[in-house]
Amino acid sequence: MSTPNPNQPPTSGLRYPSNKKTIYDRNLNRSKNAELSRAAFAYLFVEMISYAQRNVRDISSLEKRLNTQGYPLGLRLLDLLLSRSSNPLASIRPTRIHTLIQWVAQTLWRHLFGRPADALERGTTDPSQYMLYDNDPMVNQYISLPKEMRGLNCAAFVAGIIEGVCDGAGFPTEGVTAHSVGEEEGKAGMWPGKTVFLIKFKGEVLEREEILGRGGG
Amino acid sequence: NRPPANENRVVFALFIISKSGGLIYNREFSSGLAKLSSNDLLMLAGSFHGMHAITAQLCPAPPVPPPTSSSSTAGNVAPSPFISRPTGIEVLESSHFRIQCFQTQTGIKFLLFTEPTQPNIDTMMRKIYELYTDFVMKNPFYTVEMPIRCVKFDTNLDQFIKVRS
Repeated sequence: MSTPNPNQPPTSGLRYPSNKKTIYDRNLNRSKNAELSRAAFAYLFVEMISYAQRNVRDISSLEKRLNTQGYPLGLRLLDLLLSRSSNPLASIRPTRIHTLIQWVAQTLWRHLFGRPADALERGTTDPSQYMLYDNDPMVNQYISLPKEMRGLNCAAFVAGIIEGVCDGAGFPTEGVTAHSVGEEEGKAGMWPGKTVFLIKFKGEVLEREEILGRGGG
Repeated sequence: NRPPANENRVVFALFIISKSGGLIYNREFSSGLAKLSSNDLLMLAGSFHGMHAITAQLCPAPPVPPPTSSSSTAGNVAPSPFISRPTGIEVLESSHFRIQCFQTQTGIKFLLFTEPTQPNIDTMMRKIYELYTDFVMKNPFYTVEMPIRCVKFDTNLDQFIKVRS
């Protein structure tokens, strides 16, 4: 981008380059395959966690703050990724829970982490709960939890992103939470950082789902 | 509670000393060095820190003048003060062991204790520094200059040393 013309009177703060193209004229897919430094994100995430830790007494409030930090990202990513998809059939807004969850596990995960999520399940005891598994969340890659913070999972940030996506797509949730299930008895602990994202949809979503199912939607 | 000595392993231990001279990390990979109490380890680290500082002042090599820039005004860069500054002790070798000291630009010293015949110590140092920047510096729960208690750093260090030896 070229430097602003010093002879122009100062405007609202937007810098206009000499070829008069603004950010709205840029191709939306320009940064589609752009790579981001993992270290840059890691340092930013360190600061985000420290920021969230201020004046907070317990772990669940810290996770709630991380969730709030990720929420607006989910809202924006939903629109961005749907508009970028090359297949015109794939760019319609998901209307069924199954389509939405698959979209999150495949498209959203691939965009954020370069690989799809590892498993998807529906709750057996509670049909309004869906579980999304990630064996090794990228956001937790460099984080070693101290003993006093053992119940914390910083992937609460990613849970916030998922919650933003669900709410933005018209599937309101009671909440999306991240839980560590790496240390399970019986298994050798092959994935010590394994995390499950619990998505609990509100009652009205399930009612609508049932109606759509009956009506052949 | 360290694993028993394996004759293939030639890396004995790693110490990390903070900018102020305190020992913030010590890890023994195989036996071969005398056992020291934790107090002795702290004193060892402090003594090395002081010695390193003294030897940096005592360096007999004359300071190398920075190369004069032959290009015209366009390429003038201010001479860096780091080029001509002598460093402290880098290697200390005896018949039984060898200590290599790597000091970062921020003043952290990595001390690696190995057998005198161990090759490729420089690459090992670089890799250990890389592991430090990854699993210690990018850890939100680590306060700089404090003792290092990061599980992932320990795990990855163990994996690296085992593979290397």
